[in-house]
Amino acid sequence: MDRAGIKDILSGLLFVGFGAAFGYAATGYPLGTAFRMGPGYFPLLLAGALAVLGVAILIKGVTAAAADSPVGVVPWRGALFLLGALVYFGATVRGLGLVLALFGTALLSALASRHNAPLAAVAIAAALTVACVAVFHYGLGVTVPLFGPWLR
Amino acid sequence: MELIANLGLGFETALSPVNLLYCFVGVLLGTLVGVLPGIGPTATIAMLLPITFSLSPVTALIMLAGIYYGAQYGGSTTAILINLPGESSSAVTAIDGYQMAKKGEAGPALATAALGSFFAGTVATLVLALAAPPLARAALNFGPPEYFSLIVLGLVASIALAHGSILKALAMIVLGLLLGMVGQDIYTGTPRFTFGFFELYSGLNFVSVAVGIFGVAEIVRNLEDETTRDVMIKRVSNLWLTRAQFRRIAAPVVRGTILGSALGVLPGGGHVLSSFASYSMEKKLSKRPQDFGKGAIEGVAGPESANNAAAQTSFIPMLTLGIPAHPVMALMIGAFIIQGITPGPNVINDEPALFWGIIVSMWVGNLMLVLLNLPLIGLWVKLLTVPYRVLFPAIIVFASLGCYAIASNNFDVYAIAVFGIIGYVLVKLGCEPAPLLLGFVLGPLLEEHLRRAMILSRGDPMIFLHRPISAVLLALAVLALVVAVLPSVRKKRDEVFVEED
Repeated sequence: MDRAGIKDILSGLLFVGFGAAFGYAATGYPLGTAFRMGPGYFPLLLAGALAVLGVAILIKGVTAAAADSPVGVVPWRGALFLLGALVYFGATVRGLGLVLALFGTALLSALASRHNAPLAAVAIAAALTVACVAVFHYGLGVTVPLFGPWLR
Repeated sequence: MELIANLGLGFETALSPVNLLYCFVGVLLGTLVGVLPGIGPTATIAMLLPITFSLSPVTALIMLAGIYYGAQYGGSTTAILINLPGESSSAVTAIDGYQMAKKGEAGPALATAALGSFFAGTVATLVLALAAPPLARAALNFGPPEYFSLIVLGLVASIALAHGSILKALAMIVLGLLLGMVGQDIYTGTPRFTFGFFELYSGLNFVSVAVGIFGVAEIVRNLEDETTRDVMIKRVSNLWLTRAQFRRIAAPVVRGTILGSALGVLPGGGHVLSSFASYSMEKKLSKRPQDFGKGAIEGVAGPESANNAAAQTSFIPMLTLGIPAHPVMALMIGAFIIQGITPGPNVINDEPALFWGIIVSMWVGNLMLVLLNLPLIGLWVKLLTVPYRVLFPAIIVFASLGCYAIASNNFDVYAIAVFGIIGYVLVKLGCEPAPLLLGFVLGPLLEEHLRRAMILSRGDPMIFLHRPISAVLLALAVLALVVAVLPSVRKKRDEVFVEED
């Protein structure tokens, strides 16, 4: 992976991709004229600019003489646990209610760190759940029910 | 004297018991997140935005402002004690502050940081009070073309002052602007880029974007390398300065304050820039530049005053023009909008109690910070021993619950995850996230003013050049861009920001 300008090449491609996607979607909306711009006009303009910038970054990456700093490691395990924690919260907060949604989210995110043994993660999750319920439910009066309809 | 009457109104507002309490809560929280590396004021304010719904606008904004400048204070404690900047703007403080701590002078270093910051905060608050009203009056004459050009200038200037590749920063801004387009079109109501999801009709939730890009992405980055940090100094004694030390810091503090007040107004992290600029200035002016880097007290006094002054004056563009200078100010604008107030030049006339209350609260908050930071230093040192593996699950939990609670919309929680991924990938590829957030916040405004201006001119884009103020603003934007790509400036800019990472 450590070839010259790899970061520029990848980010350039990413920006071109975003530009193309937004541009394609924008053509689906009425463009209007410069006088009375439709909903698609400005986004299309921006998408074009983004694609051009992406190409410029790409060219800079391809022609780079010196090797870029390496991209480095990605903490896959940690990232997956964190994303899992967020998705779990979104998926269960309505059905399971505040307590179990919080506990699961805290547990999953605690497990994202290699330094948390399973038992420690459970302890952290329990403590965080208690603290959040106390602060948000009783303290600030957030109206999410403690236990949701799936449990009834 | 109008100013005195205004400040009187401000004191009346800021000193009401509720506002005092929330100002205290704000600076306390700010110090907390400033002290803890790995969580910054941007993510904190984003997470706490939903909680401020139930508060009155003044109280909410006083608290949020307190978090911001409180974090500047807290960051310096971490920088001095464990050589790790709690905030990006205190990276410079770490250079000489940590060396002082190693020599057993942690007490004087912390006292210098606190007193310098307090002086700077006081002066900068006065600057804000003096500069804001005329600026707001001038801005009242702005029409759509002027606003369009002003926003362009703000966006461009934010790159010129940031570090890293200019092309990438530009691309990040444009990407942010595009993300800001998601949701219903303001004129026709056409849903744009919603993929048929009804949840996206009102646009991407801006708290989710901020928390994802600044909070989650940062946590993933920290998980790359989980090292435990050491708190070397367990006890701090002698929290005061000798007469000789007072004499040494006086001039650097004053110079840092002036520099910071001026640079803080600039868009794009003026507070970071000002602390670096102040450090190099003190080093140049010093009779003993060889002491810098080995524990020179001037190297703590100047930058600390500069970054705190800049933190205060960065409120000027936000309060008078409704244009944020950096992501935290963008969040403050979000807070205004949530409270049903349109930020801009009208705030000063329509909501004088709010406007002056916020300004005076900053001075009150700065006073509280001195009291919080010096006697309670032992508490903050203890806090530094809380391991990160306990801290970040708390951040994730607060973030999900906070975002969900805004509108009971689980889509907002998924959006955090999505923007966490996007933010992490982009940061990995060397793209700074701040311009994206600025673009995201300003996107709808930019489009609205562009479309209005074009209707005014019947489709002639030359209107931006025919109106003198607009033309000057655009010329400044071009100038900023040209200057930023000039090789000599680029080199200097890289030098200034090189130590930030």
